[in-house]
Amino acid sequence: MSENAYITSACVIRNNMVTRNGEKVFEEKNAALPEFLRALYDRYSGQYPKFHKMDLLSKLGWAAVEILLQETPMDMYAPEDTGVVLANTSSSLDTDERYYETVSEIASPALFVYTLPNIVIGEISIRHKFKGENAFFVDDRFDIGFIAGYVRQLLETGAVKACVCGWVEQYHTGYEAALYLVEKNARGMALPFTAEQVEKLYR
Amino acid sequence: MSGNVWIAGGGVISGIGQNLGQCMAAFEAMQPGMEKMRHLQSVHAGTFPVAEVKADNEELARKAGMPAHWSRTALLSMLAAKEAWQSAGLGDISQYRAGFVSANTVGGMDKTEDFMKSFLDNAASGRLRHVVHHECGAVTELVADALGIRHHVSTISTACSSGANALMYGARMIRAGMLDVVIAGGTDSLTRFTLNGFNTLMILDQQPCRPFDDTRTGLNLGEGAGYVVLVSDEIARKIKPWCRISGFANANDAYHQTASSPEGIGNFKAMEGALKMSGLAASEIDYINLHGTGTQNNDSSEGRAVERLFAPSYPPLSSTKSFTGHTLGASGGIEAVFSAWALREGIIYPNANFTTQMKEVPFSPVTHFSKGHALRHVMSNSFGFGGNCSSLVFSKE
Amino acid sequence: MADLKVQIIQQLNLQEVKPEDIGNDQPLFKEGLGLDSIDALELIVLLQQHHNIRIAKPEDGPNIFYSVRTMAEYITAEQNKTA
Repeated sequence: MSENAYITSACVIRNNMVTRNGEKVFEEKNAALPEFLRALYDRYSGQYPKFHKMDLLSKLGWAAVEILLQETPMDMYAPEDTGVVLANTSSSLDTDERYYETVSEIASPALFVYTLPNIVIGEISIRHKFKGENAFFVDDRFDIGFIAGYVRQLLETGAVKACVCGWVEQYHTGYEAALYLVEKNARGMALPFTAEQVEKLYR
Repeated sequence: MSGNVWIAGGGVISGIGQNLGQCMAAFEAMQPGMEKMRHLQSVHAGTFPVAEVKADNEELARKAGMPAHWSRTALLSMLAAKEAWQSAGLGDISQYRAGFVSANTVGGMDKTEDFMKSFLDNAASGRLRHVVHHECGAVTELVADALGIRHHVSTISTACSSGANALMYGARMIRAGMLDVVIAGGTDSLTRFTLNGFNTLMILDQQPCRPFDDTRTGLNLGEGAGYVVLVSDEIARKIKPWCRISGFANANDAYHQTASSPEGIGNFKAMEGALKMSGLAASEIDYINLHGTGTQNNDSSEGRAVERLFAPSYPPLSSTKSFTGHTLGASGGIEAVFSAWALREGIIYPNANFTTQMKEVPFSPVTHFSKGHALRHVMSNSFGFGGNCSSLVFSKE
Repeated sequence: MADLKVQIIQQLNLQEVKPEDIGNDQPLFKEGLGLDSIDALELIVLLQQHHNIRIAKPEDGPNIFYSVRTMAEYITAEQNKTA
């Protein structure tokens, strides 16, 4: 089933630390989440002023994909050939609450925009010009078997040739991102795309 | 990973009726469901018409056979899912490998809002049982338990295309041989959160909405739920299914968080992809149930994408949101039920409130209800914030 | 107009833009400062919050918000109306 799909890149962000392909590449101890995310932006991106308007969930997912794709550029694919499949447990609740606080005075349109979990997929797609299939699941934990099975089916049925997938969770000060680039072509670390491999990189 | 996926039945509750039959009667009588707010309490009650389900929570709970402290989102879901299952005539659900894939965007927000009001007055007074079902997934779990579905339960939240994406997901599970039957669709209730939010985006119409009309100035919010019963070839042989889901596709517009690209690139890619999967030419589509929210942006982008794919000859098309309002996460499910039923009964739905031809496109929507058509293929569009665009194709055989 | 530029930068969270980077007559949207439709709605909020001016019709936005100068002129005109 899985022989024709590979994990070509992986990025895990938690506890103010970034690991790429299993190796620690960045750490900023004692920074609060907004400052930590800004540090990631300055280190890995810059030149994208829209970043500052995003909510924390979108910033986290967006920054993780910047790091994920650093050494695996996607310009070999047509826009519709790359999909994005993400999941988390708190949906957009953090921003929902912030937005709700503005309602009693003047409700903020810029905050309301982010009161949907799949907006993070939109931000990633806009940045990298991905026009392939996308899905966002809300689950009580990172169900690796489920996400891996879903993405495998997208690849096998030819719906996409590559897929950015994984977990992007943020609520108040808690956060965790674990993203994977999965492709039919082997490159980068080219690990076989199995739930066990995803799990190994996640731990 | 092969075989067909059939629609064995469907159920719907919306601002124009509490079951499919009532909704059809409203279409036939040209009676849209928008009225002054009665059940939702908001300072905007006199300003924005909404398409509410015409029953309070006690009445819905009684009909659903469920407790009235449930979120309205869950009560609507239960009623439509129950109707869907009964219409399929498949008997006891526990004898199948069954799944429930339900989309929503507000979860139990309606209850949370009531909780917040009393909680803010007095932190000891709010009733905690009102918030335990706040999140989107909890609503799905409640209904799945009540329906007796245990094999697979999923919640999808991709804004206004959520309901359509639930069908795609369910169809894939059946094709992969993982399940025999899936109840798939979506639900959403009206909340102050969404009303205020769409108001800040300045895309709510103070009049009844006018999709695909040159004078359109926005959408009306609605609420409801809609589910189809998806089954495999093997199950379909035992019954008389309504139709088959022959194509589906999802694409990202990759343009803006809330606005569609002017040319509707994501819309086009979704429709094109669904046609490709179904193996049909655009000219073989006999009716399109448009996303058609009534905003300037959606209708001109969707219209231009339809033009690019279908020109020079257009099938009859209409937006049933001119009757039900925009039911957000439920809309893809509700419109899938309407589209599948249209194939079975040969119905073409009207687009209410149409008077003035749009400048951006050469076609106009159908304005009268009619039935008895020999429809073979119907397309249903659902596009959401975040650039999430989906299109489904249903075929008679 | 200098105050207005500061307000715009704050309201729209333009972290990498300084007030002096915005020309008085530079278009705010698209090819100019690159603002989008959500920014337009936030500018409407700005007028309401800082200047007590309500814009009911979003379609008036493009003219009012064309540049910092057109915005300032609009604010002055509205304030003279109510004075």
